[in-house]
Amino acid sequence: METKIQSPFKLTFWKGVLIIIWILGIIATIIRFSKGLGASTNLSDRFPWGLWIGFDLLCGVGLAAGGFTLATIVYIFHLKRFYPILRPTILTAFLGYIMVIFALLFDLGQPWRIWHMIIYWNPHSVLFEVGWCVMLYTTVLALEFSPIVFEWLGWDKPKKWIHSLIIPLVIAGVILSTLHQSSLGSLYLIMPEKLYPFWYSSIIPFLFFLSAFAVGCAMVIFESHLSYRAFGHRLKMDLLADIGRVMLVTLVVYAILKIQDFSGRGVWSVIFLNRPETYLFWLEALVGVIVPVIMLSIRKIRLSERGLYYVAICTITGFLLNRLNVAVTGMEASSGVHYFPSWMEISITLTIVATGFFVFSLATRYLPIFEHAGEESESESPELAEEILNVDVMPK
Amino acid sequence: MSNPKALLFDATKCIGCKACFYACKESNKLPQKEKEEEELTNTAYTVVKEKDGVYYRRLCMHCNVPTCASVCPVKAFEKTESGPVIYHDKRCMGCRYCIQACPFGVPTYEWESTKPLVKKCTMCEERQKEGKITACSEACPTGATIFGDRNELLMEARKRIQENPGQYVDHIYGEKEAGGTSVLFLSSVPFEKLGFPTNLIEEPLSDLTWKIMSKIPNYVVVSGVFLYGIYWIINRRMEVTELKNKSKDKE
Repeated sequence: METKIQSPFKLTFWKGVLIIIWILGIIATIIRFSKGLGASTNLSDRFPWGLWIGFDLLCGVGLAAGGFTLATIVYIFHLKRFYPILRPTILTAFLGYIMVIFALLFDLGQPWRIWHMIIYWNPHSVLFEVGWCVMLYTTVLALEFSPIVFEWLGWDKPKKWIHSLIIPLVIAGVILSTLHQSSLGSLYLIMPEKLYPFWYSSIIPFLFFLSAFAVGCAMVIFESHLSYRAFGHRLKMDLLADIGRVMLVTLVVYAILKIQDFSGRGVWSVIFLNRPETYLFWLEALVGVIVPVIMLSIRKIRLSERGLYYVAICTITGFLLNRLNVAVTGMEASSGVHYFPSWMEISITLTIVATGFFVFSLATRYLPIFEHAGEESESESPELAEEILNVDVMPK
Repeated sequence: MSNPKALLFDATKCIGCKACFYACKESNKLPQKEKEEEELTNTAYTVVKEKDGVYYRRLCMHCNVPTCASVCPVKAFEKTESGPVIYHDKRCMGCRYCIQACPFGVPTYEWESTKPLVKKCTMCEERQKEGKITACSEACPTGATIFGDRNELLMEARKRIQENPGQYVDHIYGEKEAGGTSVLFLSSVPFEKLGFPTNLIEEPLSDLTWKIMSKIPNYVVVSGVFLYGIYWIINRRMEVTELKNKSKDKE
């Protein structure tokens, strides 16, 4: 490990990029808060939700879905052999949610009133529910993450307290996650005449949840690969292949639901119209569902580290396309205007993402994120749960 | 809310004089722009538009079950007993879900402000409290916009359609759209031509969300018990197996 750490003051290519992103981000932030949303964004009364909602909120929350997926696997199903990647996944999820909240502070017209949601309740509002879930789930993630910090500080007692609470915490986390992952889709239920028929559906909450779950799996594979490249730790191939299988099943169920939904609403007649929506929809379907399903069905790819990595990248890209299609492409026709984010919207988004990466790399360097890997899985018998569940791993 | 107040706008009587537009500006103390607004903005709560010689107004519809009030996470919108949908500006945090969700594209935002608020027609709620009618209906010289009880205005609208065959399309816009509104329209040309959304369902749009939202408490309880059950069963089985293994070892 130690050998890989470079001097923090050496200017590398990526550090240069980070500094440029930060400088632009600071300029954009100053303009955003001194001149208002009109001067800094391309949003309008016809197009009030743009990149910050479409990418930072919808994609950000989705990409953090690995957190609850893996916590369930490890704690509820007792599949302890997934423990090695639990910590990096929880960290990613936690940072992801913090980033979402930061993005919201830019997007809200009066962010200093964000706490109003705590005192003025409207249980009819999907956004109210999303807000509360994000608030509570970020707290849950902070608590799930806290043992790592306690361990680093050498505080044993608080670590034990959290450990005794972990099951209720994980259960709360799963419930909150399923609720708001699906509710991000429910936000659009109330706009049947606005969202283009490729994406509007009365089952959009279920579609959002399933795609978030699939992308949660993809993120676990992706993170395992990144952590290998950076730190030399990764999941064993059989674990990765298992995640690949779960992802395949999820994507197939998603595809079936989508086909059923299209048939039910008679969308088939418009799927080849020469419109921008059509191209972007097919791109999304191809990259996010069709190609990954085909690749995962091929045994050789499913059993190779590199193959799974490419599948994960495909699925993640398709997922991003889907969320941006819902938030931007699908809303354009009914709004009557064309929306493309301003450089300031893009640069603030980049700043938030880049800072997230930066904090992640700092955390992995100084906190016991990866070192811990073997410890707990060895202390308990990892195979036991599997025997009991009779979950067969890949043929060895 | 047995009988809220409402406005009836009859496009066949409108001469496009924009008296309502200016009365609205004055009553709401909105700034006069060099060029008159052509669409609803944060400085024009109503506009007069023209299509193929037909003049018509745009303003907040004051829905019976408003979408804006349903989506607002901080309950900044409220449908009052007397009809108007009002805005509590102290609550608003600026998420703009109301603007995004309104089926009629009504609410507008103060994009140029650093403390922006949502702006829209208030149906002169303050004036109504003083016993006055809305500024636009008071200013209208031809009676194209009239103010009254919603039930009575609906009867009046039906009477006009029946008594003047051929003069109107047989549709009172706002009677049923999205659960019905407190602003009603009569027109000689189909509403689709005037750019009114005509693909709206007759139920309040908030029903679409509530079907899902109302199930959340059940979901929380059921999945909580279910997940804990799974955890407990697997945990118990592991304990039992471990004990068995230990006793085997002893033997």
